[in-house]
Amino acid sequence: MELLDNLALGFSTALLVQNVLYCFVGVLLGTAVGVLPGIGPTATVAMLLPITFSFEPVTALIMLAGIYYGAQYGGSTTAILINLPGESSAAVTALDGHEMARQGRAGPALAAAAIGSFIAGTVATVALAVAAPPLARVALQFGPAEYFSLVLLGLIVSIALARGSTLKALAMIALGVLLGTVGQDIYTGTPRFVFDQRELYGGIDFVSVAVGMFGVAEILRNLENEQTRTAVITKVKNLWPTREDRRRIIGPILRGTGLGAALGVLPGGGHVLASFTSYAVEKRISKRRQEFGRGAIEGVAGPESANNAAAQTSFIPLLTLGLPAHPVMALMVGAFIVHGITPGPNVITEEPELFWGLIASMWIGNVLLVLLNLPLIGLWVRMLRIPYQVLFPMIILFAAIGTYSLGFNAYDVYAIVFFGVLGYILIKCGCEPAPLLLGFVLGPLVEENLRRALIISRGDASVFVTRPISAVLLALAVAALAVAVLPAIRRRREVVFTEEE
Amino acid sequence: MERRRSFPDVLAGGVFVLIGGAFAVGSLGYELGSPLRMGPGAFPLLVGAIVAALGLAIVIKGLIAGEVISFGPIPWRAVAAIVLAVLFFGFTVRGLGFVPTSAVTALLTTLASSRVRPLMAVAVAAGLTVAGTLIFVVGLQLRIPLWGPWLGF
Repeated sequence: MELLDNLALGFSTALLVQNVLYCFVGVLLGTAVGVLPGIGPTATVAMLLPITFSFEPVTALIMLAGIYYGAQYGGSTTAILINLPGESSAAVTALDGHEMARQGRAGPALAAAAIGSFIAGTVATVALAVAAPPLARVALQFGPAEYFSLVLLGLIVSIALARGSTLKALAMIALGVLLGTVGQDIYTGTPRFVFDQRELYGGIDFVSVAVGMFGVAEILRNLENEQTRTAVITKVKNLWPTREDRRRIIGPILRGTGLGAALGVLPGGGHVLASFTSYAVEKRISKRRQEFGRGAIEGVAGPESANNAAAQTSFIPLLTLGLPAHPVMALMVGAFIVHGITPGPNVITEEPELFWGLIASMWIGNVLLVLLNLPLIGLWVRMLRIPYQVLFPMIILFAAIGTYSLGFNAYDVYAIVFFGVLGYILIKCGCEPAPLLLGFVLGPLVEENLRRALIISRGDASVFVTRPISAVLLALAVAALAVAVLPAIRRRREVVFTEEE
Repeated sequence: MERRRSFPDVLAGGVFVLIGGAFAVGSLGYELGSPLRMGPGAFPLLVGAIVAALGLAIVIKGLIAGEVISFGPIPWRAVAAIVLAVLFFGFTVRGLGFVPTSAVTALLTTLASSRVRPLMAVAVAAGLTVAGTLIFVVGLQLRIPLWGPWLGF
């Protein structure tokens, strides 16, 4: 069995002492930032990225991945205990989870979330191991024209799934692509938009963009109206769910896992969509529909499984096509490139240890998360008492140090201020920051493949529609755009997102 | 959802028009090339035009049928404190060294909160400086001098 051989290779890599250690550090940090409202995984990964540059590539990626799915996990704890989703996908969990906590059943709610997440993580890791190699083989046939169309499709699908105005999301993507053109031109070496500053020749660092848009801008949002966090934190006891609870969560966990694994592959907010969809499904098929919103354990188990499964399978497009599905993935693309690896279909054949090691580490990470979360729940609860006045100076200072250490370039630090303020204004105007970051990371790829495809076709732009795979991808992109814009479908999409107030 | 004239829409659109337009105009200064060999200016011109066009569409939509978003207050104090703190860091870290720069940056940042008390600000700044030094310089071996040349060391 090839799959078993590959998994054996993966586990032998992932079980190396330093890899397990950094996997643990990753999920621990991920849980911490997931628990703490006001700092998300994107800002954390961006801040820690410079540190990982000195690691082995596989160790670095294992830790960064751990932060990502650890945060999905930690977000549910805050959602259940204080009704504040630490991560956007945990918003649904707060509906029934917090209600359960208020009825003194925080323990079973947390346990349901943890068990569901673990099962989902395990199944989705297997799905990733099975689905990724064939997809990578297909992607190996891709030429520049196909890649251009693929990246375009990825960018457009990511907005079709996002919340808020399509027009603004499109503009944010284009703006990201545009800002990505700063620096030396890849073909001619001409410095573009650098204002004669040598420090800008290398372009704007994506870490600065991410820290500014997701760290600084978020802090400014939080400082708009300061209020002490209402810490109605109940003591958590009786963690283990009753037999009745256990019977009730099996179905939702399995359905949530399936939904999440499928939707996670989509670029954009796949994990958010998965948890919302799972909640809607559970509510529709439940015999106890009236209990939803009043503390139904199904409403915790389903969405939590879905978002964790989606968090794992969202690595499929990253590892096979080099397409990031989430801002954190976009940062991981940068991490790959820093380590001299081009993310995409070649990773699986050229770096099998890295590929399978990363996959195996996800399962190990999921085991660690269960161990971390259930017994240590008291620690996380205590962390919620850290006042924001301590937290935000820490984020700002560490962000400045982290970005400076990228290349000891003060412009990287100034860029945080620029993107922080720009991001703050745009977010206040109802624009989402994620599309901008995706556009920024993928923009150079779009330009490179566009120009290369045109050189190969001798300047004939019809190459994008005459090559079959490229044409299909472009047609899908147009369809996705239509879905995002058409009012009838829009309304249904809003229903999914706002289901159950 | 109620739809009408929307200030945030117009502002966001304006930002897009401004940046997109600036890039488009700027890219005219570079060689545009031909479709076969696109010059360095071609792609930014194209994307800049797209950004500006989308921005214009957002402005127009904002004037006739905008999204209703509450803009909310702007925490001017926080914006000023954080902008100053980070600029200070970038400007002085090479000259003053890690410890003084971190301390001042952290102190300036704490002023962003309107609820901060002086004693707490100093305590937080001191704690973060120690933590930052231990983590980044001692732990991660970051090559930034603790005390910089401006201090006469």
